[in-house]
Order: sequence, then structure tokens, then C-alpha cells
Amino acid sequence: MRIVLVCLLSGLAVASTAIGQEKQIVLPADHDYATLKPGLHSELAQTQCQFCHSTDYIVMQPGGDAKQWDAVVAKMVKVFGAPLSEADAKAITEYLATTYGPSK
Amino acid sequence: MRYPEKTDLILLTSRPPQLETPMKYFDQAITPNDAFFVRYHVFPVPTAVDLNTWRLRVHGLVDRPLDLSMDDLKTKFPATRVVAANQCSGNSRGRFSPRVLGGQWGDGAMGNAEWVGARMRDIVAMAGVRLGAMQVTFDGLDKPAFPTVPDFVKSLDLSRIMEDPDVIVAYQMNGQPLPMLNGFPARLVVPGWYATYWVKNLSDVEVIDSVFEKFWMKPGYRIPDTPCGCVEPGTVPARTVPINRMPVRSFIAVPGPGTRVKVGQATRVKGIAFDGGYGINEVQFSTDDGATWRRVQLGRDLGRYSFREWSAAWTPPAAGDHRLMVRAFNTIGESQGATPLWNPAGYLRNVIERVTVQAM
Repeated sequence: MRIVLVCLLSGLAVASTAIGQEKQIVLPADHDYATLKPGLHSELAQTQCQFCHSTDYIVMQPGGDAKQWDAVVAKMVKVFGAPLSEADAKAITEYLATTYGPSK
Repeated sequence: MRYPEKTDLILLTSRPPQLETPMKYFDQAITPNDAFFVRYHVFPVPTAVDLNTWRLRVHGLVDRPLDLSMDDLKTKFPATRVVAANQCSGNSRGRFSPRVLGGQWGDGAMGNAEWVGARMRDIVAMAGVRLGAMQVTFDGLDKPAFPTVPDFVKSLDLSRIMEDPDVIVAYQMNGQPLPMLNGFPARLVVPGWYATYWVKNLSDVEVIDSVFEKFWMKPGYRIPDTPCGCVEPGTVPARTVPINRMPVRSFIAVPGPGTRVKVGQATRVKGIAFDGGYGINEVQFSTDDGATWRRVQLGRDLGRYSFREWSAAWTPPAAGDHRLMVRAFNTIGESQGATPLWNPAGYLRNVIERVTVQAM
């Protein structure tokens, strides 16, 4: 039996365990940088988007206009099956286009 | 940001995890396992594997479906070794202009390792392919939590597998078992082709009688069906094909951007070059915006799919900013362009790279 603890930092256990034929890891929680910027409907966007993925997926983007963000939200609903009402999808698109608008 | 079995990498996203390798690691041909980039598509990703129960299932249009244990993989098939570069299709997407949405990678969604495993064609042959087989699909242990999310499944033509002895199911990476986030216990290795085909935590192989066109093959991971794989910036391609072989790329790993160097003192410039499997046979370096180029020294040849180290000595002639450029050529004469090509998904970047340093 062999246990390897790769690292421990800031109280957060990031570990890899190998016991004979088994291997197990513990993934860190979503990073703080994923937190969405405040704005109208920001809470709705935070709650609904992070249900399936960390919101750093949004934060890292170069920014997009209403049409681009509409396409992204539509993809989440139509391709990935995000259970969003039409009204919520519209509100989230508005929030994204306003808060994460086109890059200069 | 530290992840299990990983050193301090650049965090793009947490869930599913995407971690980028800092450029400084590319001053050598082999990328250490703990520095190797991570890119998953669906969540949850596997966090525990028990080799007592893990099996590689081979089924579909075959005579004898297989359930291979790790022991089977290691003992029933000859171990094959290949040193091969693994690069995300969207590597350097963050450099695209006009910008495109998607993972905003710098240049570190790539790595190079010595892979050891069983040949995919030997595995398929043991199962016995039936008449009418056309493609083989590959699925890993990463399974979306919601049934509506398309599972990450990729496909290759059966002919590609049968003709290429270097397509392997790798259980060893740089002499070690694979890190969990790089595909433990086994991943597909498709040398020369983009990493999207190198399915991690591989568990299911199916031989099928058609061209597989689920989400991650279509519309995902497609490039314009044009000779350059590019279109006029901002436009949509008329036709697309699945992304495939990697074009030539080369990078300056050290000195990094903004490094201060001394006038009149020799500075060592180092980096790597690679392509989609023809092999790099020349790397050139320029310090005058590409007006003149000089050939640089290449490191050891680790095989045609591998990163090739290169290095040059350069003495800054005067104080101020200096722009260093590198370009590579493969054995069939393919190289890199001075202006970037564009496509809507942000794939295939292979423009000549530039690093500006400051001489004092």
C-alpha cells in the first residue's frame, strides 16, 4: 500500500492517492476569478451558468456583442440542453452583452 | 494554480479543468508530466480509477468483442514507443484577430512526451474487423452529469488506424503512468494530429459502419475545407472538414517577452519546433524583422513527431527593444507565414512567432 500526497496548500487539499491498483485525485473548487462582475441579472447568470460549468468560461472570453452572446446562450440551450426558460436566457444574454461586451 | 499531479500552471477554467503550460517549459524537447497542459470538455472528469475494475472495451463491428485489462494491454500486445507532440486545436486562440470566442489559450496548450502503449491496429486486429467497418470511435471515462450534454466521443477512419503503427493506446508517459488529468490509465495517441483525437481516460472503442458525426466531430472541431484551412477574417466557411494534421510551428521559450539582456553580451535563445509528422529539418532565427534569417543549431532528433529543440547565441548590438523571430521548415518544405491565417473557431495557428526583449 502506497499513499502519495502531492501537495497541500492554503488549507485546500489537492491530493493524489495511489493505493496499489487505484488512483484518486481531489480537484480544487472553482477559482475566485470565475466570479461574474456585478450587473443587472448577474446573480441569475452566476447561478444558472455555474450549474454546469465554472464561470471562468465567461470571464476569460475577449467579450462579445449581443449577437455573439446570443449564439453562445442558444448553444447552451439547444446543444447542451441547459434548462433555461426563454425569459432567463434573454436576461442572461443581456447581462453578458452589457457586462462582457465587445473587445476593443 | 496547483492541480493534483501538476505544477504551477496557468488556470483557464476550473470545471471542466483547462490548464496551460507556461512558455518557460518549452526550452527542452520533453515536457515534464507535471507541467503538461490539461483540457477537458465535459464535467465531471474522472477523479478515481481502479485498475482492478477498469477495462478497455472493444466492440461494434467486430468478430470478438474484447474487455482488456491493463495487464492485457501490457502483455498481449507488443509495447510500442513514440515521442510525439500533443497540441490542442485551439492553442494560441487568444492571439486571434479578429478575436474569437472559445478557450482563450496563449501558446501553452501543447506538450511533448515519450508515449508507450499498445498499437491500436493490433487491438482492432485481435477483435477482428467485420466487413463494412468504416470508422472507429473513442470514448473516455469523462461523462457529462446531464444526459442532454453531448458526451466527448471522437472518431478516426479505420484505414488511418490500420496503416499507422504509431497510433497507440498509451499507458506510459515519460516513463511514468499518466497523470489522471492527462488520461490515466490510458489515452489514445495520434501522432501528428491535434490533441482532440487523443482521447483521455480511454474506456470504450467501437468499430462502426459509417462516418461518426456527433457533436465533437460535427459541428465541433471543424476547419474550413480550403487548402489553408482558413477564410477571410470575419467570414464563415462554405464547407468544413474535421481538423487533422498539425502545421509547422516554432517557439522562442527563452528569453521570454520583456526580458532584459545586456548589450554586447552573448545571450542564449532557446525553443522548440514541430510539425504534423514530416519532421523538422531546419529552424531559422531573425533579429531584423525577418529581413534576414540565419540557420540555428538543432537538438537531438527524437523522431518525426517530436518537438525538436533549437538554440542560438545572439549578442544584442545596441540598447533598446529587439524583436526576435523564429520559423521552422519540415522535410517536405512546409514552413510558417509572416501573417496569421484566420478561421472562426481559432484553430491551426502557425504564424511566425515574435518575442521582444530589451537590451540595456
